[in-house]
Amino acid sequence: MYDLECINIAKSFGSIRAVDDVSFDIPSGSFFSILGPSGCGKTTLMRMIAGFEEPSGGDIKIKGRSVLGTPPNKRNVKMVFQHLALFPMMNVYENIAYGLRCNGVGNAEIKRKVHDVLERIALPDVAEREIHQLSGGQKQRIAIARCMVLDPDVLLLDEPLGALDLKLREAMKIELKLLQHQFNTTFIYITHDQSEALVMSDHVAIMNQGQFEQIGKPQDLYHRPKTAFVAAFVGDSNRWSGRVKSSDGSGGKVETEQGLEMAFTAAGGENIPEGASVEIFVRPEFIHAVRQTDADADDAAATGDNRMEGIVDSLLFNGANSRVLVRGPQGELIEADVTLTGQNDIRPGENVYLFWSSRQAMCFASRGAA
Amino acid sequence: MLRFPGGGLMLQKDFRRLAMILLFAPFALWIALLVVLPHIGMIRLSLREKVAPRVYEFGFANYLDFINEPIYWNTLLRTGSMSLLVTALALLIGFPIAYYIAKLASNRTRGALFLICLIPLWVSDLIRAFGWILLLRETGVISSFLQWAGIVNQPIEFLYNDVTVIIGLVYTVMLFMIVPLVSTLDGMDNSMIEAGYNLGGNGFTVLRRIIVPYAMPGIVSGCIVVFMLTAGSYLTPILLGGKNSSWFTEQIYNQFITRFNWEAGAAFGILLLLFTSTVIWLGLKLSGQTLANTVAKS
Repeated sequence: MYDLECINIAKSFGSIRAVDDVSFDIPSGSFFSILGPSGCGKTTLMRMIAGFEEPSGGDIKIKGRSVLGTPPNKRNVKMVFQHLALFPMMNVYENIAYGLRCNGVGNAEIKRKVHDVLERIALPDVAEREIHQLSGGQKQRIAIARCMVLDPDVLLLDEPLGALDLKLREAMKIELKLLQHQFNTTFIYITHDQSEALVMSDHVAIMNQGQFEQIGKPQDLYHRPKTAFVAAFVGDSNRWSGRVKSSDGSGGKVETEQGLEMAFTAAGGENIPEGASVEIFVRPEFIHAVRQTDADADDAAATGDNRMEGIVDSLLFNGANSRVLVRGPQGELIEADVTLTGQNDIRPGENVYLFWSSRQAMCFASRGAA
Repeated sequence: MLRFPGGGLMLQKDFRRLAMILLFAPFALWIALLVVLPHIGMIRLSLREKVAPRVYEFGFANYLDFINEPIYWNTLLRTGSMSLLVTALALLIGFPIAYYIAKLASNRTRGALFLICLIPLWVSDLIRAFGWILLLRETGVISSFLQWAGIVNQPIEFLYNDVTVIIGLVYTVMLFMIVPLVSTLDGMDNSMIEAGYNLGGNGFTVLRRIIVPYAMPGIVSGCIVVFMLTAGSYLTPILLGGKNSSWFTEQIYNQFITRFNWEAGAAFGILLLLFTSTVIWLGLKLSGQTLANTVAKS
């Protein structure tokens, strides 16, 4: 049973295809994210699900029933807006009670439900507060409670964490995930922030230029991207363009534009013939940087069939996520993750070898005439 | 900012205070000379009784006259109630226009619409009233047209009745209702309205529970300005209503100019001020608003 099904949904504004033939379905009780750069059509898609925009084509089904032609106030899809849109002229209680009153629920029942939902979001004492008296995180939770009190089939969240500061955002990520578990309602989360999507979601759809590039579990998107866009958009990558010198279809050798040779694996099940122009992506954490003078350089070499010499250009220290920038023989900069222990670490100016496995060199045929 | 102890800081402080005084001075002068002073004079005048030529005594006779003469307080009540009606009509007509300008019109049409609202203000009150007279008098455009079209067979006088006065007043004050409404509605996030629908409200609920409460400061501020302008207007009621208009400002004018009874005129002026202030105070109490978050804001 799917809570939400979108079938070939499309939306045009004049000659612009904002959403172009998107199909997906979301099983009950899952956390689904739509991740894409700004302007990719994700907000339009969400507004169509909520009923604020009429699709130009296709169908939207909620709990198996088409909602085309159903006005927004009759759809059991609730939405947490980007700036939350809490009503400033009502207090917390009235904000949450608003939807229940619209549905004609009795006063005693409203009281019980509002206090119940406040209990569940762990803010039992804020009922009589005014909205401007709440902190950012509390507002967030009230906005969710205001929707959840109506038992929606689907809850839409439109980048609600965007306005929060970093620390709070990190905390709210975990909290949102817990709330979703607790309410066991389908959440659809729209964001351009990949870490929000990857951390919270059961499934993520990557959207670009009105289309879904790939739908999958966060790990799949990260490790097995199907398109060059997904590989570039999700996570960090070193990226090269090049031409295939030899290939058996699923892997082979490629020479980059800088004249660097490396072994690659065709990603996304593509068949890459000889002579094709390609894009190669290698994630920094799969590149090992080892001092040329180190004794274990040979051990490290065994882990990767690609090897390159370079000079450490700079060190980007960020605790556990520290990184080195290595200048290669052709002058290009390559990022590699390093573990810094504080003792005998790699320093700028040292000569290093970089190793990586051809399995981690994801290769995509270039799109268009490249 | 670094603050150095001693002279530097003091100098800066003094300078700031001086700037403040210079900026504030014209405003203070204006208030003192044009608002406070005349009112003190008015109050003093209104509390004088004429006992013989050029002989005056302190007393409340002018106010007692007002109470004992029904035509006076009837005129004041009539002015008050008609002003309230004008205010209500201006709100009813102005709100949809303001909503359209603030929320529905595209950015380009918005400027144009605002300009159109402003155009009547470029013409003086007198010319505008004269425009109405040209349209509505017995030999005016509308009457002639109706005769020409054969709908009526004799000229009709549209001037000199209450309906005409109200139409003329609503037209004159409309802009002062629209401007504060547009500015409050403009500050309202569209997603607030969408949230209202999304949570299950229909158009009426969203209007009643979200849009109107949000716009309340603008509504109240527009109503106050419009009510004050209407109750204190002179030209439009006199020109469009003629002798029948019985507007209270006409009474004041008569006392001052025609009857040369400045004492009574001053008393009436004070009474009008007290009356309108009381109505506005009641209005604020009933709507749960304060002057600070309505007129001061928009």
